[in-house]
Amino acid sequence: MEVVSSVRTPLITGGKTVGDVTQDICVRVEAKPPKSWFLAMAISLTFLFVGLYAVFTTAWEGIGVWGLNKTVGWAWDITNFVWWVGIGHAGTLISAILLLFRQKWRMSINRAAEAMTIFAVICALFFPFIHMGRLWLGFYWVMPLPNTFGSLWVNFNSPLLWDVFAISTYFTVSLVFWYIGLIPDFATIRDRAKNKVSAVIYGALSFGWVGSAKDWSRYESVSLILAGLATPLVLSVHTIVSFDFATSIIPGWHTTIFPPYFVSGAVFSGFAMVLTLLLITRKVYKLEDYISVQHIEFMNIIIIVTGSIVGIAYLTELFIAWYSGVPAEQYAFLNRATGPYWWAYATMMTCNVVTPQLFWFKKIRTSLWATFFLSIIVNIGMWFERFVIIVTSLHRDFLPSSWAMFYPTFYDVGDYLFTFGIFFTFFFLFAKFFPVINMAEVKSIIKSTSTSDKALK
Amino acid sequence: MKENKKQYWKGVEQLTNDPEFVKYAGKEFSQDLPYKKGVLQEEEGGSSRRDFLKLMGFSVAAASLAACEAPVRKAIPYLNKPEVIDPGVPNYYASTYTNGGNYCSIVVKTREGRPIKIEPNKLSDVSGSGTSAQAEASVLSLYDKARLQAPTANGTAIEWKELDSQIIGKLEGIAASGGQIRIVSKTILSPSTKAVIDQFIEKYPTTELVMYDAISAYGIVKANEESFGKAVIPTYNFDKAKTVVSFGADFLGTWINPNRFSSDFVKNRKLNYGKKEMSRLYQFETNLSLTGANADYRTPIKPSSEGIVVTTLYNLLAARSGQPTIGVSKIEVAHLEAAANDLWSNKGQSLVVSGSNDPNVQIMVNAINGLLQNIGSTIDLKTPVYFRQGNDDKMKQFVNDLGAGKIQGVIFLNSNPIYDHYLGKTIEAGLSKAKLKVGLCERADETASDLDYLAPDHHYLESWNDAQPVEGKYSLCQPAISPLFNTRQAQESLLTWAGYGNNDYFEFVKAYWQTYIFTTQNKLQDFQTFFDQCLYDGVYSVAGRAVTLELIVFGGNISAAVGNISRTYTANNEGLELALYETIVIGDGSQANNPWLQETPDPITKACWDNYLTISQAMAKDLGVEMEEGNTYQVQLKVGEQTLVLPAIIQPGQARGTVGLAVGYGRTKVGKVADNLGVNAFPLISEISGTPTMNVLSNVSVSATNESVKVAQTQTHHTFMNREFVVQETTLDTYKNHPEHAFHRPKIAVSNALERKLGDEVIDGKIEPRKISLWKGHDYNNHHWNMSIDMNSCIGCSACSVACQAENNVPVVGKKEVLNRREMTWIRIDRYYSSETTATTNAELEIAAENPEVTFQPMMCQHCNNAPCETVCPVAATSHSTEGLNQMVYNRCIGTRYCANNCPYKVRRFNWFKYHDNEQFDNNLAMNNDLGKMVLNPDVTVRSRGVMEKCTFCVQRIQYGKLEAKKKGRRVVDGEVTTACASACPTDAIVFGDIRDPKSEISKLLQIKDKGDSQEIHEHRAYNVLEELNVKPNVWYLAKVRNKEENA
Repeated sequence: MEVVSSVRTPLITGGKTVGDVTQDICVRVEAKPPKSWFLAMAISLTFLFVGLYAVFTTAWEGIGVWGLNKTVGWAWDITNFVWWVGIGHAGTLISAILLLFRQKWRMSINRAAEAMTIFAVICALFFPFIHMGRLWLGFYWVMPLPNTFGSLWVNFNSPLLWDVFAISTYFTVSLVFWYIGLIPDFATIRDRAKNKVSAVIYGALSFGWVGSAKDWSRYESVSLILAGLATPLVLSVHTIVSFDFATSIIPGWHTTIFPPYFVSGAVFSGFAMVLTLLLITRKVYKLEDYISVQHIEFMNIIIIVTGSIVGIAYLTELFIAWYSGVPAEQYAFLNRATGPYWWAYATMMTCNVVTPQLFWFKKIRTSLWATFFLSIIVNIGMWFERFVIIVTSLHRDFLPSSWAMFYPTFYDVGDYLFTFGIFFTFFFLFAKFFPVINMAEVKSIIKSTSTSDKALK
Repeated sequence: MKENKKQYWKGVEQLTNDPEFVKYAGKEFSQDLPYKKGVLQEEEGGSSRRDFLKLMGFSVAAASLAACEAPVRKAIPYLNKPEVIDPGVPNYYASTYTNGGNYCSIVVKTREGRPIKIEPNKLSDVSGSGTSAQAEASVLSLYDKARLQAPTANGTAIEWKELDSQIIGKLEGIAASGGQIRIVSKTILSPSTKAVIDQFIEKYPTTELVMYDAISAYGIVKANEESFGKAVIPTYNFDKAKTVVSFGADFLGTWINPNRFSSDFVKNRKLNYGKKEMSRLYQFETNLSLTGANADYRTPIKPSSEGIVVTTLYNLLAARSGQPTIGVSKIEVAHLEAAANDLWSNKGQSLVVSGSNDPNVQIMVNAINGLLQNIGSTIDLKTPVYFRQGNDDKMKQFVNDLGAGKIQGVIFLNSNPIYDHYLGKTIEAGLSKAKLKVGLCERADETASDLDYLAPDHHYLESWNDAQPVEGKYSLCQPAISPLFNTRQAQESLLTWAGYGNNDYFEFVKAYWQTYIFTTQNKLQDFQTFFDQCLYDGVYSVAGRAVTLELIVFGGNISAAVGNISRTYTANNEGLELALYETIVIGDGSQANNPWLQETPDPITKACWDNYLTISQAMAKDLGVEMEEGNTYQVQLKVGEQTLVLPAIIQPGQARGTVGLAVGYGRTKVGKVADNLGVNAFPLISEISGTPTMNVLSNVSVSATNESVKVAQTQTHHTFMNREFVVQETTLDTYKNHPEHAFHRPKIAVSNALERKLGDEVIDGKIEPRKISLWKGHDYNNHHWNMSIDMNSCIGCSACSVACQAENNVPVVGKKEVLNRREMTWIRIDRYYSSETTATTNAELEIAAENPEVTFQPMMCQHCNNAPCETVCPVAATSHSTEGLNQMVYNRCIGTRYCANNCPYKVRRFNWFKYHDNEQFDNNLAMNNDLGKMVLNPDVTVRSRGVMEKCTFCVQRIQYGKLEAKKKGRRVVDGEVTTACASACPTDAIVFGDIRDPKSEISKLLQIKDKGDSQEIHEHRAYNVLEELNVKPNVWYLAKVRNKEENA
């Protein structure tokens, strides 16, 4: 007996052919960028330079230029760090986990998402460095390097040290994974190159790719191996970041639910950032046929799922605080919701739990404007989630005598702005010089028949 | 291979060993090279090429060195090493801190000839076993560049000789014409100085000494003269009083001799296994003072009713003793009846004191003490004290005479009346009429800058001096460093001007002691031996002085006093009143330029770097003033004609209808640290019954402004939110009857599996946190340092905090950074308000009661055995020592601040900026100029920017103590090692020691039972803050016990 499955709607619309794919994507690399690109670049460079001033002052004068104090030792620095790491989750999740699950719709978005991941992790890494009192020593003292200090060694008990390992591993694997994916596409650009400079550069970047069966076979194997390696990393990075808090004893931090809660939050915010960026790229580069509404809908579904997990985690925290019978714990959560930072908590709850539920409506989750708007809302909410966890737990802990408030300064904001500058500058450079869609992979899902190909010719 | 025994030779010369060849054999070139011989060639055959390179290298280096300005760091070695100075080994000199009538017997610690720390002189029975914040900080004032550095005449520098001849000329001129001369001084404790002044008066007979005190106690003297015929301030024996009633006398903070009073008072407050009785303190006052904060019952009263309240108490007691009562307005005062009962039942063992400067009130206080037969028991009139010798009548006479132009010459001896006398403006105006105006002063302050001649005095640490603070008790002051500036001891100046033969004041003091003090004993026959012994001890008591306490009959005129009281005081004044006060930290403002003091918060308001109006909660509501996180509003205070604009602080405990304001601020010519900080409240002092008093009873008004302002408070949340895991207290009755159940003992629930494993330890599924742990713990094979803090003894005086700052080079960060909540103090005193409350919500719990109870809790690093900071540091910069200390390795710290975040006590302090050698922090005198740096403790690192720091349990002292013991071949004995805070504590609330030594004081205090590998604490009052976290601190708190009725 023969079973015929229904024909799936094609992931790439518009009757694109293999040749179209090459043409559509490569032309962006080869052609002069549009005016909008220059405008966007100018804005992000402005961010970068204003931010650079703030960063320089922070490093020159000391952490005191921030609004931190004896009670609140971390605020925007670690909030931004966790936020960017969270954003950096989507790329690898899309390319690794969805690869393993054979979700082919990922092919249109994984390149940009991975690029975003790498840039976000770079931004994230900036904060652990700049937040150190003595970064000129700290940047290598946190490494377990053989040294001349005698038997001095790093402290393997410290979650901060685990962070160093987790994030550097994640960054390395993501970068390699991304780069491996880029090699066939670089080769395509190389082959099309009309001037010598780009031929040489893309030639070098493509590592002598010739597109032989051997090349492809190795490419496939490496991709699978890296996907296998990256998959646990997706889960481990944010798990370990959450240990910074979960292993401490501060009420509001000392919470065993943090690892899954942080991972789902990270995926949640990562997908939101992917949506924000891709909706713009899609529009500017006219990639509607590659990134269709179907793609957007899939991502929105992931947002509902992870957003709801986050929401349940929030409620669980509240329940456990009450159920624990620990007064300090109970106070910490009451204070979050009703204390001086109630507005941050309310923002978090609204942006992360309430508004994403709108995606239950098909109309909203397939609307580009609504998606764009909500994706930004989600990222605002996720920034506030980290702020709420870090600042409201610290500012009123055990001894009321030490209770204090945190007020950000220009330099708190400026250093955050700096990472936006880095992120967008890198992303726009990427969009100009690198193929934003994985041509090689997308070609594998093009519905092509001999007739349509013939028709073209 | 066959060994080659052949020799190869360069030429025939070598083979034949030609002498010509041998001569040049060692040279590079056997013949002179063909260039011109010159300076470069030292002698024939010298290697000129190398010399040339050397010289060139030198000249290039020298030229480039000369081009840049190399910092000059002078380090001059001793030609002959002084016998007593060994680098790295401190020397201690017994001395005496005096500042006006403030007195403390001290030991000065010097390192390589620099005084760096003030320690208490434990031999003194006048100032108790501790120091005070002001005495501790005085060592920094020594290195204050704002001090006068040379004599001046009319603002220009002048030689001493020239100054002397000009002044002597003018003095003689005035004396010849019969013109009046006055020496205006604060209280002089030194008998030798008085003898010097006598010499001066002998030379210039029209001279008179006028003494005043910024905060006068002359009313007591006058009242005692009237009541007992003795114009003295008596010795108050707080240690003999079971009931103490105080009317506005802040005897634990600022009144007369607070150091001794607090140590005496606390003797009756200490409780332990055997001793379960304590005294009871009733305080009736306007502002919440330190004493009020430590009272068992505190009643806020308006200053205008003080006389009536005192008289009412007299009547209550008179009724009990069968004496006639006296008619006075009726007034309802809470706890007054109870106070009367307690006083009556402790007749002869009670004490009533008043801080009033109104002699009428003091007469009534005398009458009450008379009724209670306290005169002769708790009040010792035969041993007068000399801390306040100011005579308000004489001072007023002086001011009038000066204004009337009757005074030709004025010498201000370490006094600044233009600033700190309520008639300062009048004095300033009158000064122009005097012909000769001389200042024997420390700096060009508000008064000195109006004078012709300034003859700068030594700092007391550069001086010889003596003191007689109490009848029969003497002490010596010796220089611990040679004068830093071109100054001269004031007494020497006076002796010079008096034409005294030998103007060496040291000789003078010695001669005085030989004549008057040596003769009071007969144990030692040789004066030099006697003097050396006194100098070594720092103190000398006349032995066998009349200690016969006999009842002295009160002979005052009660009805006259009550008559006066009824005219001045009313039971229900509707108007607003102002109560001025002195803070324990800044005092009368004479040491205002000391940044250590400025940054030490007032123990009650927890505010520093400013003064402010303390207003009651009710008044705050009326004015619309709300306070949050130090943000408040400016208010306008009008007193008579004077208007001041200053911040308002809502002060629980402030009597309704009153406002409070601290003196000691608003200085204008003291130095960059304190100039223009706050407002000067001295001019607001008004006269009641002819004597200046700190209370203004009428014509006071306060109006709100819209201008918001920030007050630098180090603590902005004032209640402990009913968190028993932070503060534990109980009442005396509960403690006596059920000491084992009187306190909160947290228990944590355990799983069934764990319960089976642990067996008996688990009760109802719960266990003491201490009994279980995830950690293996530490082995302490040698010492295990612990600290115990008795919250019953801690009065909040802040001496420990300043002592720590001096000992550990803790930076001062300035007002702006305190506002940013970044003060660096390693030991802080948490002050919590509490009350019986029905509050249920957190917001309600945050609000202090209108008249709350107060608890002081010194808080520093708890040196946890399971330290949360140690596990989280990525680079292991904070670790645990084998003696139980939590150590901070500054060199290793990279400043992630994770440790501070994870510290449940929030005692870790981060160096947000570089606080040393940084113009931005030039208020931090101890680290920002070469002179100030001399005060730094060389045993303690000055921390760099970006590292974490915290209390170390004074590890440098521990190491030093262990080393000294090791040199003697033994273990450290209890008492040899103590922390700076414990050493400074005047009430011995802080005890430091080794709990592995069963004989140590701390082991006895905590009732420690040694179980080999662990120690069990059996003292019921002992608890750890946040015990349930099981971080196992090495700091123990002894819970506070209040001597009050249950639910009263």
